[in-house]
Amino acid sequence: MTVVMTRADWIRLALVAGALVSLEAACRAGFVSKDAVIPPTVMLQGAWRALHAEETRGDLFYTLHTVGLSLVLSLAAGAAIGALLHSLPRLRRVLDPLLASYYAVPTFVFYPLFIVLFGLNRWPLVAIGFLFAVVAVAINTLDGLSRIPRAYRRTAAVMRLSPAQSLIHVILPAASPWFFTGAKFAVAYSFIGVIAGEFVVSGAGMGHAIAFAYNSFDNRMMYGLIVLLFVVVGGINTALWSIERRLYARLAGR
Amino acid sequence: MPASPDADGAIMAGRTARPGQGRLRDHAALIDAALLIAGLGVLWQAGSMLLGREALPSPAATVEKLAAIINDADFPAHAFETARAFVTALVIALLAGLVIGLALGASRLAGEVAEPLLVGLYAIPKITLYPVILLLFGLGISAKIAFGVIHGVIPVIVFTMNAVRNIPGIYFRAARTMRLSVMQTACTIVIPAALPEIISGFRVGFALTLLGTLIGEMFASQRGIGYMLVRAMETNDTLTVMALAFLLVVLATAASTALLAVDRRLHARAQPSSGS
Repeated sequence: MTVVMTRADWIRLALVAGALVSLEAACRAGFVSKDAVIPPTVMLQGAWRALHAEETRGDLFYTLHTVGLSLVLSLAAGAAIGALLHSLPRLRRVLDPLLASYYAVPTFVFYPLFIVLFGLNRWPLVAIGFLFAVVAVAINTLDGLSRIPRAYRRTAAVMRLSPAQSLIHVILPAASPWFFTGAKFAVAYSFIGVIAGEFVVSGAGMGHAIAFAYNSFDNRMMYGLIVLLFVVVGGINTALWSIERRLYARLAGR
Repeated sequence: MPASPDADGAIMAGRTARPGQGRLRDHAALIDAALLIAGLGVLWQAGSMLLGREALPSPAATVEKLAAIINDADFPAHAFETARAFVTALVIALLAGLVIGLALGASRLAGEVAEPLLVGLYAIPKITLYPVILLLFGLGISAKIAFGVIHGVIPVIVFTMNAVRNIPGIYFRAARTMRLSVMQTACTIVIPAALPEIISGFRVGFALTLLGTLIGEMFASQRGIGYMLVRAMETNDTLTVMALAFLLVVLATAASTALLAVDRRLHARAQPSSGS
C-alpha cells in the first residue's frame, strides 16, 4: 500500500513544522522563560535520553501493561453491557441520563476505595482505566447494534440461520465498525484513566515519572517523558483512526 | 414470521411520541428515574455492607457527611471558587469552540487540515500537560481555567465543524441569492441549521470542562472542591471523598439531563419525519 499525501496533509505538516520552529526560535531568543518551556530540540534530546534509561523503559512497560489489562477487561465488559442494554430497551432508557453524564465525574476520586479493595498494586489503576473506558465501549456497541438494518435480521430469519449463525454471519460483521469505534475510544480512555491515576497517587509508571521529574525541577526529563508518551499514544491512536476510516469506507461502499 | 426484535424506536421516545402521549410518557420517565435511583441506592448499600463501612461508607452516612460539609463555614468559599473557575472555563470553551468550529466547518480545506490534529489532541492524556500549564500560568485560578478549557474546547470544535459540514449546500446558495453578509449567513442560516449538533457538542464540552477544572483544582490550587477532594484523598478520609464525589455526580447528572432534554427536543424539531 502506498501512502498518498493530499494537499491538506502537506499543509498540516507545514503548520506543525512551522509551530515547532517558531517555538524553537522563541525559546532560543529568550522570549519564553527557560524555566517554563524548553526548546523542542532539547525536549527531543530529553526523550532520547529517557528512552535509553532502564528506569523509563520499565515505567513505559508498566503503563502499557496496566493499560492493556484495563483495555481487555473494558472491551469484554463493555460489549456485554452494550448487548444487554440493547436487549432491554427500558433499562437503556432508564440509564441514558447516567451514561450521558458519566464522563463529567472524575473517576479517579475513587482511587482510595480501590486501594482498600485491591491493595497497593497495579489493580487500582486497572480499575480506573476500566471505569473510564467501559462506558465508551458499551455506548458504541449499543449504537452499532441499533443501526443494523432490520432487513438484515429478517434475511437471517428467512434463511433460517440459528442464533449463533446469525450472530457470526450477520450481526457481528454489521456492527463491527461501531464496536471498533468503541475500542478506539477505549484505548484513548484507558491511557487517560491509567495515567491520571499514576499522577495522583501511584508510585510507578509514566504518569508518576513525569510528576516526579516535575517535582525535582528536571525540565529536560519531564518534557522528554511527555514527548515520549505523546509519541507512543499518538502513534497508536493514529493507527486505529486510519483503520477505522477504512472500515467505515467499506461499509459505505457496499 | 417472528416479531422483529428491533425495538430501538422506543428508546428515542422523545422523537417518536405522538402529542397525546406526552403526559403518559413523562409519567413513565418519572417512574423510571425513581427506579434507577432506588436501584443505585440498593446497590450502594449492599456494597457498603459487603466491603465494610471503612472502605465504602453507606448512602445514609455519605448524605449526612455531605450535609455537614455544606453547612461548614469554609464551604461557600470553596464552592464559589470552583463555580467561578468552571463558569469562566465553560464560557471560554464554548465561545472559542463555536467560533473555531464554524470557521473550520466553513472551509473544507481548513477542516481537513485540522481534523486529525484535533482528534490527536482529544485522545492524548492531557493530564500530563499539567506541569506545563502550571509553569505557564502559575498556581491559582488561571491554571484551573486553562485546564478546563483545554479539556472542553476540542469536542465543541469537532461537533460544530461536522455540523456545519453537514448543512445542505442549497442553504448556502439561498444565502448567496439573498446577498447575505458573512455575519448574517452565520447568524441566520449556519447556526440555526447546525444548532442540534452544536448543543450535542456543548453537552460533551460541559462534562469535560467540569472534569478538567476539577483536575486542575486537585493539583494547582489551595481552594475549591477539587482541592477538598485531594486533601481528603491524602488523609484517607473516605467519607469526605464519597460525600464530595456524590455531590459532583448529582450536579453533573442534573445538568447533563437538562442539556440532554434540550438536545433531544432540537433534534426532534430538526427531523420531524424521521422517527424510527
